Amino acid sequence: MSNKKFRPDVDAPVYKGGYSPYDIIKEGTIAIIVIGVLTVLLSMFFGSPDDPAVTIKTWSNAAPVDFATTAASELDGSSTTGGYGAPYNHASSGPFIGPFHVAQSVGVRIPINTVKDFVVSPLKSLPNQPVLDQNLTTWSNASTSTQASWVASFTKAEPSMKFTGGHVVTSATNAGPVPVMIDSLTQMARTGALDQALVTGAGFYTTDFTKPLLFISDGSYLATLADKQHLTGDQWGMMNETGSYPGQAWLWLYSFWYQIPPFNTSGNADLLILGIMAILSLALLFLPFIPGLRSIPRRTKVYRIIWREHYRNHV
Amino acid sequence: MSTTEIDRQWTTRLRKRAAGKLPPEKLLPDTQPTYVASWIYVFGVATLSSLIVVIATGCILALRGPFWWHGSQYGHFINSMHLWSVELFFFCMVVHLWGKFFMAAWRGGRSLTWMTGVVTFLASIGAGFTGYVSQTNFDSQWISTQAKDGINSGGVGAFFNPLDLGQMLMWHIVLLPLAAVVLTGLHVLMVRVKGVVPPFEESAEVAQ
Repeated sequence: MSNKKFRPDVDAPVYKGGYSPYDIIKEGTIAIIVIGVLTVLLSMFFGSPDDPAVTIKTWSNAAPVDFATTAASELDGSSTTGGYGAPYNHASSGPFIGPFHVAQSVGVRIPINTVKDFVVSPLKSLPNQPVLDQNLTTWSNASTSTQASWVASFTKAEPSMKFTGGHVVTSATNAGPVPVMIDSLTQMARTGALDQALVTGAGFYTTDFTKPLLFISDGSYLATLADKQHLTGDQWGMMNETGSYPGQAWLWLYSFWYQIPPFNTSGNADLLILGIMAILSLALLFLPFIPGLRSIPRRTKVYRIIWREHYRNHV
Repeated sequence: MSTTEIDRQWTTRLRKRAAGKLPPEKLLPDTQPTYVASWIYVFGVATLSSLIVVIATGCILALRGPFWWHGSQYGHFINSMHLWSVELFFFCMVVHLWGKFFMAAWRGGRSLTWMTGVVTFLASIGAGFTGYVSQTNFDSQWISTQAKDGINSGGVGAFFNPLDLGQMLMWHIVLLPLAAVVLTGLHVLMVRVKGVVPPFEESAEVAQ
């Protein structure tokens, strides 16, 4: 046996005091009953939120102009998804820390071509549409620059866009097949067919909602609903849920960074905050080995409250 | 077969090692040190109890599939129980974590106990998140579309896609609960092996 210097933040003293009776099974049983009863009472009094999911059908019927302008932004890649970068496409190098573009280095693993996946392919799936088919052929045969000029002409006229008589009406000129394509997609969306086309694009059996969710989130309808429920990022949205429920309160620190400078204005906020949280999580994990941090409990002496009876009787 | 040969068997060695580390009186103790006399100690067992309720209600929800609770009053109530037991689970776990932090509960060779606790906490956050994005309602749509940016920024989204309901549901009902239960089991066994950390005694010396 050798005497080694005692390190108060690492070593524990040998306990030579007394012991008291302890019925671990009884304690566990009582705890389960108490937690079970508390859970039932909270569920009875407060329930749980269940606002129905937004579909492309509900969106396009509630806000057809927003849907049509979003669809046009998918055509020229100016939508959020169109310019996202990895893992969906190569449109952007994405967030970075110094020279490291982390997402880009992992690559495009969930390829999304907004023109093809969100507009052209769904429209091609519509049966018996000779006028639309002709316009789709015109679109496919045009050069990229011509397509871009058509979408630009259409987009320029968007402030005057209306939805009347069941159709998207625009004053756009020199927009080529774009007005017919966007109007047809809007009609398709309003029947619910676009929801199905985007979900079943990968086959009959699928549980992957990446495409419809990206399309919906490119519009402003979903965000408007979320804003009314105080769910946006600047409203601590990540940890909230609809109604007055606690949500994921344990994500408060993750949400906190989004509320303060420089993160609330930084285009790199997502990666910076992810990095900060990763470092903080590692610090928490390896706390027993970090000098200084592991001394906080001893120096703050909060333990004297926890073990007050022990110190009252033994010290 | 000789006694020596039996003693060399993996099974025999594992049993002896387990029995040496964790004899019945340590696994199911009937006494505890008198310093274990604070309400803060309740939150460990309360966390474990909440986890049991979370898993029980989750199993009932799993019986009928991910959409059942939207159209059934009974299903909605079970979902509410699942939600509130999760809230209680995290509340108790966070209080337990802070309590153990201020006790410096890693002392005396208990650093691995602390670390399994932290990993359980992180795995539980993942389980909670995947549950929120698997609700198949407006909340899951909003949370998943917002969270994807943070996840994608670190390159993780290529393999862990919050917009893929099937993938998230599998993480939520298989992988992360399995991790949480196994880690919790290890954590509890470590607590039983090492016992509850004694109070600080600043002038004490430890015999090594």
